[in-house]
Amino acid sequence: MTMLPAGTTKKLGLVIDLDTCVGCHACAVNCKEWNTGGHMAPLTDLSAYEAGQEGIWFNRIHTFEVTPEDGGCGQTVNFPKSCLHCEDAACVTVCPTGASFKRAEDGIVLVDESKCIGCKLCSWACPYGAREFDSDVGVMKKCTLCIDRIYNENLEKIDRVPACVSTCPVNARHFGDLSDPGSDVSKLVAERGGYDLMPEMGYKPTNKYLPPRPRRNTAETSNGPSELPPLPGEDQPFLKWVNRILSR
Amino acid sequence: MHPAYSVIFFTVSSGAGYGLLVVLGVLGLTDSLPSGFWFGVVAFGLSLGAITFGLLSSTYHLGRPERSWRAFSQWRSSWLSREGVAAVATYVPATLLGAGAIDLIDLGGTATFLRVTAAALALTTIYCTAMIYKSLETIHQWHNRWTVPNYLILGLAAGAAWMNFLLLAFQSSNHAFSIFTMLMLALSLMCKMRYWTFIDTTAHQSNAESATGLGHLGKVRLFEGPHTEENYLMREMGFQVARAHALKLRNYARVCGLVLPIFFVLAAEYTGGTMGAALALLAALMMSVGMIIERWLFFAEAKHVVTLYYGKERA
Repeated sequence: MTMLPAGTTKKLGLVIDLDTCVGCHACAVNCKEWNTGGHMAPLTDLSAYEAGQEGIWFNRIHTFEVTPEDGGCGQTVNFPKSCLHCEDAACVTVCPTGASFKRAEDGIVLVDESKCIGCKLCSWACPYGAREFDSDVGVMKKCTLCIDRIYNENLEKIDRVPACVSTCPVNARHFGDLSDPGSDVSKLVAERGGYDLMPEMGYKPTNKYLPPRPRRNTAETSNGPSELPPLPGEDQPFLKWVNRILSR
Repeated sequence: MHPAYSVIFFTVSSGAGYGLLVVLGVLGLTDSLPSGFWFGVVAFGLSLGAITFGLLSSTYHLGRPERSWRAFSQWRSSWLSREGVAAVATYVPATLLGAGAIDLIDLGGTATFLRVTAAALALTTIYCTAMIYKSLETIHQWHNRWTVPNYLILGLAAGAAWMNFLLLAFQSSNHAFSIFTMLMLALSLMCKMRYWTFIDTTAHQSNAESATGLGHLGKVRLFEGPHTEENYLMREMGFQVARAHALKLRNYARVCGLVLPIFFVLAAEYTGGTMGAALALLAALMMSVGMIIERWLFFAEAKHVVTLYYGKERA
């Protein structure tokens, strides 16, 4: 059904910490592995053992270089991006067959692969590049927020998080209910000033990004003194004498 | 955006077919159509044939065309679904009118109603097609007030050009309709040129800074892409046409598709007879070729905001 639900009971999503992400791509690899073995069709790789390899990935990590306008020290920011499970998801409403839908109970946006005709309109509607067309099976695929993990009673409770969240070695990915102001993720967003990507587009993404903390890696920004202490005066006779001896 | 030929042929062929259906309906109302079996066969055959060829062509774009029947279900939210419903609905009055034109059935008093309905539904279908593109906020070159008028005007101009040929071919030349055709072509030219100025001078409101949210730290530049190889997103949304090529193609579309046909329609009007019909046919063919180029450019010159994550500063 491609009408958006009027509201969702929960808003499950991810919080990505751009401050701690080291760009190791473990989240992308784990996502790929989990979705190759899970109940959905495998995440296709084309020409896997020949030239021109490429594949469907739900999660891709870009790296950006940010340079201040005054020409000061720049920084590189590793930028993992997957489906943001938007509240106002245009990818849902443009779908002609009802294959693209948003769940009312938790807000997860999914593709019903048995109904998808592969018209690609949803990928045109998504500003974030969350949806990819699998030319091998002719349908669209996207991040499922590991819906087959988060409710999976066969897993230990601690493992009932998306694959990308469980594998991050630097705790840069967090999962939870962003509609609950008391949840860990909501508190993190409030504390660190988590933001939406391209908020001006009005899609109201659920996933939030935590900005990099200010760096202290230049002479200007480090905690050292900004100028040398003054030479010893009359109040420090011993040091004044030492200074005189050493200055000869 | 990657120009998919199946979609280009669909919008051009169906656009012309629906445009022709509109003028068939309207001219039928004013009783200006030639009577007779052969005109009915050719005119409705051309119209319905172009529409059908276009719709079938569009299914080649799909990953799973055997499921395309499902595309009629989400008309409440999806313009693509609405287009499908309108396209199928248009066949009803169009086929009945065609059957009436070749004396298979006697339309009687329903002819007027059918003509109005066929014309209205044909326009509705073109409108829905245009809205599919216009409604995508991710593509500035489509999400603007020129897209819908341009689809409608170009479709009607193509339909008029073909009808003009048919009228001359069936020795039923219509001075007023010839003028109308030239006016539609001139209007198309004006609208297309204003559209090209619009896309040359404006860009999407988003930029790499708003896409990443890192603008407060400075200028954002892509340092490393997410993978070493190409991906679907870059192929589909990252397609670029060189500015020099685009400008050349705009000239071909403009001259071949709109300017020259005006002169050929004018020449046909004054020549008359078989020569006139031949000139009118040339005008219609040139217009259709020009439309293919114009539609290719509509895709090729469109930029998607996802490219802001792949090295572009603006879209």
